[in-house]
Amino acid sequence: MAVQVLRFGDVWLRWFSALSLLALWAAVAGLAAAPLLPGPLAVAAALARLVANGQLPFDLGVTLLRVAASFALAMAAGSAVGILMGRSRRVDAFFDLWLVLGLNIPALVIIYLCYIWGGLTEAAAIIAVALNKVPNTATILREGARAVDRELLQVADVLRLPRLRRLRLVYLPQLYPYLMAATRSGLSLIWKIVLVAEFVGRSNGVGFRLNLYFQFFDITNILAYSASFIAVVVAAESWLIRPLERRLTGWRA
Amino acid sequence: MNALEVAIRRKAYRQDGREVTALTDLVFAVPAGQLACIVGPSGCGKTTLLSIVAGLDRAFEGSVRGPAAAGRLGMVFQTPRLMPWLSVRENVRLALEPPPRQEGRAEELLREMQLGALLDAYPAQLSGGQQRRVALARAFVRDPDLLLLDEPFQSLDAPTAQHLRELLLALWARRRPAILFVTHDLREALSLGDRVLFLSAGPGRVVLDLPLDLPRPRGPESAAVEALRRRLLESYPDLLRGLASVSAAESAA
Repeated sequence: MAVQVLRFGDVWLRWFSALSLLALWAAVAGLAAAPLLPGPLAVAAALARLVANGQLPFDLGVTLLRVAASFALAMAAGSAVGILMGRSRRVDAFFDLWLVLGLNIPALVIIYLCYIWGGLTEAAAIIAVALNKVPNTATILREGARAVDRELLQVADVLRLPRLRRLRLVYLPQLYPYLMAATRSGLSLIWKIVLVAEFVGRSNGVGFRLNLYFQFFDITNILAYSASFIAVVVAAESWLIRPLERRLTGWRA
Repeated sequence: MNALEVAIRRKAYRQDGREVTALTDLVFAVPAGQLACIVGPSGCGKTTLLSIVAGLDRAFEGSVRGPAAAGRLGMVFQTPRLMPWLSVRENVRLALEPPPRQEGRAEELLREMQLGALLDAYPAQLSGGQQRRVALARAFVRDPDLLLLDEPFQSLDAPTAQHLRELLLALWARRRPAILFVTHDLREALSLGDRVLFLSAGPGRVVLDLPLDLPRPRGPESAAVEALRRRLLESYPDLLRGLASVSAAESAA
């Protein structure tokens, strides 16, 4: 989880790695010359067209809103349950079975059940996605709450710190690394599950659109959507998650 | 006026299903401004006593009357117990209420203690001796009426420990809190205290209350301390094992 410092040579190596992947793709596509494997240029052209007519930004926006809502919900509920489990052996004993169940139930089952019981609604979709992530967050935060240093809490007790200061300056900082781990694994999980929920029961968003193109075997547009999605994930990682991590756990460096 | 009045009838805790008595009939008072050292064999309940006085442990029979105001108690633990995610300055500010927004007492005290260059360093960047100085500053910064120290300088090399003892005495001389200094090192107790309380082996109680009026400064290796230590151990050969039975030679005389 340590923030890695990239050296100059490493940066070049990364660019070189990305370019070789593109070159490999272009070469194979050129050799195959088949409509089922379009090259990078064809995909880029499709991407430009989809952005220009507004369809892709709309779908991407809708999907990202769902991701944000599910993520917030899952982190809040999962952290609360996980911290309670880590602090109390009774709560842990009670919820442990639920956690094992939740971790192992297939995402698709949860999605189907939510749509059946809640109707094909936005709320059902968001809850279904969040439910898939809650056990994972709870498991990570339970570990964090267990690892909390009681000696440091005693310092807060001796200083008679008010609740809020104690939470902000003594308790939560011990959980930040775990919250960051839950955020990372949470986003990568939710990105994927949102698409499933969309293609099963929504009529817009990236997942819905991918399913549509799949039915027409429109690989070019599928790849164009995928590329835009990957771009968003990479951007979120480097402009949101990493700066946040540096802020919260920078004292380790 | 007494800064601390301790009258613990009994303190017991459960360990592996059995009840262990840690302290019995432990009665003493520390007048305002006095530096009292407590010496006892390991396992005599010294740390338990400090937890009770600090208000961390309330499950005991008897009474402890300490400083009425919450801010009037300071404590230094066996290890520095600094928050690793807070800078030196923030660690000391933690003890101030309301939290300061600008430079003030914390920085002033840290500069006095030769830590002015390290205000924004994190604990991991400090040496063991520096960390303990910060812990001492955190305890002194709120001008306590009573200061509790739990073997604060153990596991330091001798010159560093001696330097910190001198620093403690200098701070004490200026601000004059009552101090309860727990140690298992007889030389340290004799060189620091106005008075040394010897505890018995567990369950702990006071077996000898020894007032000291040796002039300061007196190092732990000084002739006066060494002579006193010899005399004391001749009179009470089992003192450090928690027994104040008078030696045969002494009783014959």
